[in-house]
Amino acid sequence: MTGERAASGCLVANDWICGEYLRSRSGELTDATVQHVWITVASVLIGLAVALPLALLVRARPRFAGPVLGLTTLLYTIPSLAMFSLLLPVFGLSAALVVTGLVLYSLTILVRNILAGLQAVPEEVREAARGMGYGPFRLLVEVELPLALPALMAGLRIATVSTVALTTVGALVGKGGLGNLIDDGVQTTFKAQVLTASVLCVLLAAVADLLLLGAQRLLTPWSRARAAEAKS
Amino acid sequence: MGGVPAEVWTWLTTGSNWSGPSGAWHRLAEHVYVSGVSLLLACAIALPVALWLGHIGRGGALAVNISNAGRAVPVFAVLALFMLTPLRSAGYLPTVIALVLFAIPPLLTNAYTGMREVDRSVVEAARGMGMSGGQIFARVELPLAYPLLMTGLRSAAVQVVATATIASMVGQGGLGRIITAGFNTYDTPQVVAGALLAAGLALLVEAVLIAADRLFSPLRRTAAARTAAP
Repeated sequence: MTGERAASGCLVANDWICGEYLRSRSGELTDATVQHVWITVASVLIGLAVALPLALLVRARPRFAGPVLGLTTLLYTIPSLAMFSLLLPVFGLSAALVVTGLVLYSLTILVRNILAGLQAVPEEVREAARGMGYGPFRLLVEVELPLALPALMAGLRIATVSTVALTTVGALVGKGGLGNLIDDGVQTTFKAQVLTASVLCVLLAAVADLLLLGAQRLLTPWSRARAAEAKS
Repeated sequence: MGGVPAEVWTWLTTGSNWSGPSGAWHRLAEHVYVSGVSLLLACAIALPVALWLGHIGRGGALAVNISNAGRAVPVFAVLALFMLTPLRSAGYLPTVIALVLFAIPPLLTNAYTGMREVDRSVVEAARGMGMSGGQIFARVELPLAYPLLMTGLRSAAVQVVATATIASMVGQGGLGRIITAGFNTYDTPQVVAGALLAAGLALLVEAVLIAADRLFSPLRRTAAARTAAP
């Protein structure tokens, strides 16, 4: 009883750390986290779906390298607040606006990393696969992409972590996941809410990074075998 | 939708939108001032540390980890946290501290990597010629690390200018204020006009730094001489 009174006291006292906040607003926190996660996941997946063909195009037609790489770098320069605002007349106040902005940001990192990975595939590996009768598509899917995977995953990790952080700015249009809670918290000087949402955001980035690292290890068993070989 | 570009143009060409304490000129000045101060402070902190660590060849993991951690932390969250502390009433200080924190990782990592990627045999050769540690640093390592150092400076500068817009979401000054003020009054032309100004400034800073990089590169003359030679 006394413990409970002391706990609800931290809401009244507006403490930074408040267990009562976690308990009484857990629904709100979960909703915001879920929104944050799906906006991030959708942005990164769409970003990947756009970046892969762009990287393949640049590799097949090197004269597109300048415009494609230049344009994606240019997009990265635009401030996030401005990016979301410029997309406003097109999308209105919607999650699609935030996702589109985040996709455009992820392209810089993803296109560069996928391209670097593909270009690092040794020419003799390609020749060997062609000699075994692999067509261009099979060569890409079964040989080149798996070999480019470490570079691709490195890019994916950077893109995901920065997308988690950038999603908060979506609070501008009310679609910022945990950013919405931070925004509300600043307006009402609610310390526990701002700190909790900020910490959750950083945790989310760390968890996403670890998950992707795990996925990379699962998807590239040969690199572990090679590392073990080098050690022995 | 068709009317928006015209309305944006009207906003941008209306003199009253540019004058006064919440006009575009004042916001632009705030933005440039806060960004400039933050970038200078970040350079003063990060570059000596990175160059020294690179020179003695230690702290590589630190440089990389700081850079990775920097990406995971939302700027907006950091600014929001500052605004709930006594710093709130300290003028530009919360924004400046947040911007310095976010400019340090690219500066530190790039300067350090640049120093470490200098060919060791070149450094050994310099030492063999009798150069002291200080001479090697100033005449061999620093000029060779320059391109990566400038890359770091460029991404830090662009990041600072871009991030300074977010300061407006917690009530601080800068060009972002035009955007957020437009949001609060449902004034889409003003929102887009503010966004264009902010994006334009970021692109301008990028362009100026690319030009400066080309002009002042210490290897430029050597490279030019080499291409000119038959």
